[in-house]
Amino acid sequence: MKEGKILLAHGAGGKLSHDLIKELFLPFLENELLSCLDDSAIIPTERSRLAFTTDSYVVKPLFFPGGDIGRLSICGTVNDLAMAGARPLGISTSFILEEGFSKEDLERILSSIKKAALEAGVMVVAGDTKVVEHGAAEGLFITTSGVGIVPEGVDISGSHAMPGDFVIINGPIGDHEIGILLARGEFSLKGEIKSDCAPLNGLVKAILNACTDIHVLRDPTRGGLATVLWEIANSSKVGVIVEEEKITVREEVRGVCDLLGFDPFYLANEGKLVAFVPQKEAEKVFEAMKADPLGRDSVIVGRVVDENPGKVLLKTRIGGHRLLEPLSGEQFPRIC
Amino acid sequence: MNKSKRIDEGNIASIILREISGLADGQIRFMEVCGTHTVSIFRSGIRSLLPEGIELISGPGCPVCVTPVGEIDRAIALAQLKDVTLLTFGDLMSVPGTSSSLNQERAMGRDIRVITSPLDSLEIALKEKKRRIVFFAVGFETTSPAIAAAVKEAKRKRIDNLFLLSSQRLIPPAIRALLSPRKVKIDGFILPGHVSVIIGRTPYSFIASEFSLMGVITGFEALDILKGIYMLLCQKKEGRSEIEIQYTRAVKEEGNQLALKAMEEVFEPVGARWRGLGMILESGLTLREEFKEMDASLVFDIPYEDKKDPPGCICGKILQGLKSPPDCPLFDKRCTPENPVGPCMVSSEGSCAAFRKYGAFR
Ligand code: SF4
Repeated sequence: MKEGKILLAHGAGGKLSHDLIKELFLPFLENELLSCLDDSAIIPTERSRLAFTTDSYVVKPLFFPGGDIGRLSICGTVNDLAMAGARPLGISTSFILEEGFSKEDLERILSSIKKAALEAGVMVVAGDTKVVEHGAAEGLFITTSGVGIVPEGVDISGSHAMPGDFVIINGPIGDHEIGILLARGEFSLKGEIKSDCAPLNGLVKAILNACTDIHVLRDPTRGGLATVLWEIANSSKVGVIVEEEKITVREEVRGVCDLLGFDPFYLANEGKLVAFVPQKEAEKVFEAMKADPLGRDSVIVGRVVDENPGKVLLKTRIGGHRLLEPLSGEQFPRIC
Repeated sequence: MNKSKRIDEGNIASIILREISGLADGQIRFMEVCGTHTVSIFRSGIRSLLPEGIELISGPGCPVCVTPVGEIDRAIALAQLKDVTLLTFGDLMSVPGTSSSLNQERAMGRDIRVITSPLDSLEIALKEKKRRIVFFAVGFETTSPAIAAAVKEAKRKRIDNLFLLSSQRLIPPAIRALLSPRKVKIDGFILPGHVSVIIGRTPYSFIASEFSLMGVITGFEALDILKGIYMLLCQKKEGRSEIEIQYTRAVKEEGNQLALKAMEEVFEPVGARWRGLGMILESGLTLREEFKEMDASLVFDIPYEDKKDPPGCICGKILQGLKSPPDCPLFDKRCTPENPVGPCMVSSEGSCAAFRKYGAFR
């Protein structure tokens, strides 16, 4: 029996979440599909490869600038499928509602689910509803699962980064997490930043149309860009170098970070992806991304190298070097 | 900052670095005594850019790190009282006490909350009248004026369920303690910006007058720090030992008189224990007589006890600049940010955490 208790930090998507999965979940549930620990599992069938994923949403507050828990629950799952290069086929949604929850709010959330599903071009095909006593859940929690089909010739995984690859990201980082914190009224900060919450399957389609040989796609959600890059460097056993100057952070987001001592590299995003692309295809993919509405602000931020396998190096704005380690400990609970 | 300004940052940095290289001559060692500087130096990769002979070491500048185990244990004991809500700043949550941490206590159901401003404590005390609210206040001169303001406000509003467990410390006495007797070679100090905004320049003058060492009060941006290092090297070259201000956009000669007055009204200096440095005279702050009814160390019957540092942890030596994190046999082995053994690995401003997080590029 393991000792100790679950801490909020175990849910932060950083090193502790990782350790919890490795120490407790995998020993019971490990199999060759699960242990890849990618955003979606790829299940081979006779005809094609299916991508399958699931996620729970506990965000607080339920409504925030740029989205709500409903939109988030669709985008999150669509994005997990998209990060496997998969075309989403159908999504299931399960609701855990707290007794006393307002029907009006539920209606708003459902209408936003409908809208997000339309935007992503995916159907909600199954669902479940449970109600628990007052106090046993705060408002409502949603769990969504999704199935998709991985197109022929596409083989994307966090372990496929190769020396020489270019690293591209589709815009400024940190909007979602700072948007949520502001909406929560934490730290009595004023102002409004819109969450970047969006379904990325359209952008991924554009990327794959430009080049099927994409090595890695990942959405830097909890744990942020730093954690995702570190995970990729580790699974692929390569080094990654990124340039601080290239990675954009919105002025307002940087302001909040400076004020509170946050590092934007660890902030969650819900509408961003990093793509690891073979050097000779990089230009083409980059152009295709720029042409997509969700990729207009794309930038090439770094490269994959042979040296320092498992490590991510940041070239700082003043030209120095330092490590980019994964998120350690608690960031903020319930941001998605 | 817009993009062009940031590109400038790279250019300006390379100009200052060229000057620094021109001045560098032989081995020279500067100490920073501010956790924010430590983080900024690592985050911007300054160490990786300095010429060989210039060494930067971290001193007792991280408030969480210098708080001794005994005080953590005392806060934990207070949090274990049924009617007590303990408030504290985030970084303290995972600092290991003798057998537990505030984080572990919270997971076991104790009412421990993280606040970001001392004024939050008033609101909580007003809202939850039935509970005794204890604010475990750790920090340097930077945070003390705000804590003083909260204490005064509590008295004015006659809030009688708010108590202060003061673990506040003062920087200049700690620098003096480091220098007498001097156990470690230091040629000059990169002096803290935030602390100096409050206290000004005068309290550091003994560094130059009594110990013939130099100091530059420095801001936190990478360029500030490079410029501070450049100013120290100029002093060295010209054979001066003075306390200069690089961070002139925020630090005044006489400090912030209003803030100092608020502090003085509420607190008086008292001997305080520092991890690594031990008891230092007049290096802490305690509530003055007229505020004693808020002093948690008197109101609650939980006396302070000296406790041993975690076995194997050399934080105490690191805080004095005698050792560096990789010298610790536990560093990155048994002691990691996820399972910290000592406070220097817990606090985001601790040296061990900075070494581990940003890497030791020289
Ligand atoms: S590595 Fe850990 S145990 Fe060693 S000195 Fe630092 S905090 Fe203490």
